[in-house]
Amino acid sequence: MNKPVTPQSVGLSREDLPNSYIGRSVPRSNVRKLVQGRATYTDDVSLPRLVHAAFVRSPHPHARILSIDVSGATAMPGVVRVFTGADLAKVCDPWVATLAHLKGMKSAPQHPLPLERATWQGEAVVAIVADSVAHAEDAAGEVIIDWEPLPAQADMETALDAGAVVIHPELGDNLVFTRTADTGEVPAAFAAADHVLEATFHTGRHTGVTLEARSIIADYNSADGTLTVHQSTQAPHMMQGVFAKQLRMNEGDVRVICKDVGGSYGIKVHVYPDEVAVAAMSRILGRPVKFIADRFESFVSDIHARDHRITGKIAVMNDGRIVGFDIEDLTGIGPYSVYPRTSAIEGNQVVNLCGGPYDFKHYRCSTTVVLQNKAPTCQYRAVGHPIATTVTEGLVDLAAEALGMDPITIRRLNLMRDDAYPCNSPAGMKFEGLSHHASLDKLLAMVPVERLRAEQAEGRTRGVYRGLGFASFIELTNPSPFMYGIGGARISAQDGCTVRMDPDGSLVALSGVTEQGQGTEAILAQIVAHGVGVDLKKVKIITGDTQVTPYGGGTWACRGAGIGGEAALQAAIALKDQILGVAAIMLQTEAEALDVVMGHVVERTTGTSRLSLAELGRLVYFRGDTLPKDMPREFVQTRHFITKEYPFAFTNGIQASWLEVDVETGLVTLLEHWVVEDCGRVINPMLVDEQVRGGVVQGIGGALYEHCIYDDTGQLLTTTMADYMVPMAAEMPDIHVDHVETPTKESLLGAKGAGEAGTAGAPAAVMNAINDALSPFKAKVFAQPFTPDRILRALKRY
Amino acid sequence: MSFRVDIRLTVNGERVTKSVEPRRHLIDFLRIDLGLTGSHAGCEHGICGTCTVRVDGEIVRGCLVLAASLDGAQVETIEGLSECGTIHDLQEAFVARNAAQCGFCTPGMLMTAADLLDHHCTTDRTAIREHLSGNYCRCTGYQAIIDAVEEVAARRMAGARAS
Repeated sequence: MNKPVTPQSVGLSREDLPNSYIGRSVPRSNVRKLVQGRATYTDDVSLPRLVHAAFVRSPHPHARILSIDVSGATAMPGVVRVFTGADLAKVCDPWVATLAHLKGMKSAPQHPLPLERATWQGEAVVAIVADSVAHAEDAAGEVIIDWEPLPAQADMETALDAGAVVIHPELGDNLVFTRTADTGEVPAAFAAADHVLEATFHTGRHTGVTLEARSIIADYNSADGTLTVHQSTQAPHMMQGVFAKQLRMNEGDVRVICKDVGGSYGIKVHVYPDEVAVAAMSRILGRPVKFIADRFESFVSDIHARDHRITGKIAVMNDGRIVGFDIEDLTGIGPYSVYPRTSAIEGNQVVNLCGGPYDFKHYRCSTTVVLQNKAPTCQYRAVGHPIATTVTEGLVDLAAEALGMDPITIRRLNLMRDDAYPCNSPAGMKFEGLSHHASLDKLLAMVPVERLRAEQAEGRTRGVYRGLGFASFIELTNPSPFMYGIGGARISAQDGCTVRMDPDGSLVALSGVTEQGQGTEAILAQIVAHGVGVDLKKVKIITGDTQVTPYGGGTWACRGAGIGGEAALQAAIALKDQILGVAAIMLQTEAEALDVVMGHVVERTTGTSRLSLAELGRLVYFRGDTLPKDMPREFVQTRHFITKEYPFAFTNGIQASWLEVDVETGLVTLLEHWVVEDCGRVINPMLVDEQVRGGVVQGIGGALYEHCIYDDTGQLLTTTMADYMVPMAAEMPDIHVDHVETPTKESLLGAKGAGEAGTAGAPAAVMNAINDALSPFKAKVFAQPFTPDRILRALKRY
Repeated sequence: MSFRVDIRLTVNGERVTKSVEPRRHLIDFLRIDLGLTGSHAGCEHGICGTCTVRVDGEIVRGCLVLAASLDGAQVETIEGLSECGTIHDLQEAFVARNAAQCGFCTPGMLMTAADLLDHHCTTDRTAIREHLSGNYCRCTGYQAIIDAVEEVAARRMAGARAS
């Protein structure tokens, strides 16, 4: 039993063996309920005495609340109660979203409903609880708020100026956080370089647009003092802690249940004041309160992201070697840093990740994070990566152009060598093992570069402008406590899994990571089936219930497979050891002589079945009287896993985009897209591929269409899906995906994250392809989204 | 809003008699009044397509149709199509190809895909993409969905030729 367990000894690459599920494209068992309309999203849950909440939201980006008259609303049909900020403050404490390791970071206390001022258009100010959504919304129209509009600080560019509106006077200014990474000799190195290229990039504020809007039912039971929350969330345990802390309850008295989640992408891992308000209202009313955001509310109150302006410089030598990067990032995050992850992480990631794929010496990168009167921003899929990749890859292409060098050649020359690991990046990131060159090789085997270049040249003679763009990237996955925990946030970096065998030999695995469609439950089932040695159909996975599953962080930052998967594998292997131990006693042999294969205890050498798990279960659970008295009876094991050697498991990859720009209309037509990425051990290729494709499409959305547009006064103009455009099927190209596998040695499973790679690289690949297409005109675009208007302006068509 | 309209209609083959507020949308009628939660409300502006259901054989946006206008209508939802098995091949292709991630768009997507297969069956990927372009999916990247529809179209067309 004490032999070292290795990936080889547990057969992680034995794809051809009948009981190996690792690396196999098996369908997700939980898709069938989705296609039959039998899923359970939060809005599908109904409870006795359920009442519904609607919110009155601020029409002003910044305004003082002089008075609130709720008498008319209270008298409306079906209304149970109307709540103001002061009402909720009696039972709910405010929170401040800062992290101690982000030195000097500051933000203001935030209440579920504000007490004195609204600080962004769309901030929930008054809540109505009624017997139906319609009645609550009817009554919301009758609330009279006497507003004193205040000057708004909408523009992040002037947020630190002398005349700026200081949004929270007690903070002194609008500076939330600033950090610079500096290797020390950037000015001298740049002065000595043969070429320095510069550009200013805008990544464009956008948001996640989960098709299922934010959804919550809070059910406070005053009889036993418990709060049960049904919530569409990525992090049930974190939310359990948040509700307990803010409502002054014991964590054990709060249960968060999360069944099916209709999209998340980072949007549903944050604390939203209106959702905390729902919990507080249920605490007061002692009955269940439901709130389902409508689409307008989603646009004005879901977190936004990527509102960055970045000025970047790259220094290169004549031989193409990159000397260094010098980058300044500015980001506006709205009026509050978002709890508990904070809104400084995205800027911090830009500092960590710029230049990431390349071998160079000199680096200076600063981020400045400021407050403004717009919707709060926070972590959205691929946090900071698309920004850093766009800046890095945009600058690399500028350098290539200045040197007259092919974009592939300059990358080949400068990408970190595949034998260079472990090593640190100039930004201080620790890399365990990456595969930039192997990924580039694989990409070039897929992309018919010569044919496309010939097509491009031929097209230009006919006025058809096509472009090919590349983007290498790194991605931060499997985060350790270095991401949030060390800063004081109660966000678990470890995750747990309990695996048990039931009497019929079937397995139940309970996991702290969660499912939002990525396939978490499917890959956990594959891992458990493989780890124990049973048919996949014999495994049931349970996630999303804090009262049932082991404590864990949930699913975010690409940790479901890498962290949750490893916990499941360790628990499964431990259960298998238990099974073999018991079977050995019953069969009067040594455990080492036995194995478990497809639900049977077999002789290791011959594969002959000695005992089915169903028979083993029957005997142990029901005929314990026939077994030796001192024989252990447990068929259940729990393991937790946390990364220890590296703060993050970095992954890498490269993308290519082939597209056409209509220089008369400015329209971009995507023709084809390729991705090679290295997420370590691939557990289910089909799921990973479609995760990558979905990520690419979200990245394309930000690159071409998606934009939260505000007017100068801070009014959001894009509040319907007709105004805020997301990618549609007809606009998307076929996306070819392949993998290089460099398993992390931190875990037996070796899996790293895959869900953000697509989003990390796609905008840069598209930008570089557009600029390649426009190269005959010496026109370039650097401001996302790359709309027809912006492309025509770059072409000086008007 | 005390005024109500009496309607009698057929939903998934079952007769339904209800009294509804004039402002009640079909999607809310199905979800709230009938408990048919398989259809979803996504944008409530007729754009995202998650609420797509069939009325008298044609696909409609459940968020743009008033229940009060449906007296005498035949309404079909994902629950009905699942039970009668008419889109079983499409559903199984979605499962086999992982053409659903979070699944929120899936019932509406299936409704629209079934409409294409029933009325304009084609394996042309561009045509499939066009037909599904009013149904948004934020998870998949669409490709697996297109693959699944293409596969079923090919099988159905081959089946039609064989018979």
